[in-house]
Amino acid sequence: MEKLRHMMNPLDFSVEELEDLFDLAGEIEKDLPGFSHKCDGKILATCFYEPSTRTRLSFETAMIRLGGQVIGFADANSSSAAKGESVADTIRVISCFADICAMRHPKEGAPMVAASKSSIPVINAGDGGHQHPTQTLTDLLTIRSLYGSLKNFTIGLCGDLKFGRTVHSLINALSRYEGIRFIFISPKELKVPDYITEMLRQKNIPYEEVIKLEEVMPQLDFLYMTRVQKERFFNEEDYIRLRNFYILDKEKMALAKEKMFILHPLPRVNEISVEIDNDPRAAYFKQVQYGMYVRMALILTLLGIK
Amino acid sequence: MLNIGKIEEGFVLDHIQAGKSMQIYRHLGLDKLDSTVAIIKNAKSKAMGKKDILKVECDIDSLDLDVLAFIDHNITVNVIKDGVIIEKRSLVLPKQITGVIKCHNPRCISSIEQELPQIFYLADEENEIYRCRYCDEKYSEGDANNL
Repeated sequence: MEKLRHMMNPLDFSVEELEDLFDLAGEIEKDLPGFSHKCDGKILATCFYEPSTRTRLSFETAMIRLGGQVIGFADANSSSAAKGESVADTIRVISCFADICAMRHPKEGAPMVAASKSSIPVINAGDGGHQHPTQTLTDLLTIRSLYGSLKNFTIGLCGDLKFGRTVHSLINALSRYEGIRFIFISPKELKVPDYITEMLRQKNIPYEEVIKLEEVMPQLDFLYMTRVQKERFFNEEDYIRLRNFYILDKEKMALAKEKMFILHPLPRVNEISVEIDNDPRAAYFKQVQYGMYVRMALILTLLGIK
Repeated sequence: MLNIGKIEEGFVLDHIQAGKSMQIYRHLGLDKLDSTVAIIKNAKSKAMGKKDILKVECDIDSLDLDVLAFIDHNITVNVIKDGVIIEKRSLVLPKQITGVIKCHNPRCISSIEQELPQIFYLADEENEIYRCRYCDEKYSEGDANNL
């Protein structure tokens, strides 16, 4: 019997395993109808202890497009957690109903506890500020599909680099590939944490930290935008002074390479001006599409379906 | 000067950082033993200024030395037989410790899930950093008082 596998952290899969996963996602992209019966008779349980409409719909659509069906709950109030049931007990019950589970939980490590008690594969669909591996897999697949590989490019990460878990996770995941150069663009209050820059120094991976986006725009192959939230600043003056540095508009895009791509984990608020949406370099909605392909590929891989 | 006699069979934990002996006494479960235990606090030390020493008359293999290594891996462990030191054991940082320290991250699942063991793993050996198995929160020395 094959060992039960879960997806808790993007680093759970080796670089080679991720290549296979992304190849499969590429095949799905080319021939979506060809995969529409791969999961006939299979059930995905989406156990969402906190609302996250986009992630849940992406998982559910992925399973439905594979021919499978979906059960689950969209917030803790409509689950037995409201009655005080433990995560360990819930997953034991879900294991009796479904073939695979995607779990989102506000408590960090909850999907890992579930995985340790589960007899079906568990996918971490986001646990508090800790991990959100399928977002990182989405980002990696998007970069690979648009650029052709996951090697030799410069990526700028802009905005809140201190608290953004998607940013930390993406940096960790990209640090396993060759020839990547990072440029961190943020106010000093929201700089990338020291443990990340320490890790990059240890691995001899080049990085630069700047405050203004304009300064580095011409160097970038990818620009990963995140939101700068007002409440992260100590005072309003600083926020007002700095916020425009991190809003992407036509003026700043004029400085970028013709083939630079803009990514964003979404939801976007005002950090990317809507006037950019029709720019061919705006890849953030395409990224959502890749998110579904990578979740389809992940479901197939964890279920051991060829 | 206070004198404590030699032990015949057992072990001596020497070079314990002054003030930590009671913590070690508790975590090694020495309070549950029916053996002779001597706790020497604030003994004079050339190297350390002050140190604590524990002398215990029982078989060393019945104790969890991983816990000891986690608390302070610079402690010297002398195994005694027939009144003489027959072995000096060195302590290595354990790769994982269970049920010794508690995660203080309020967002961690271990803060609400019943009967979940508290597990920490050695994330960085050089800097002696342990992280919670569930949420990866770093264990900070300041939490040591809550051991």
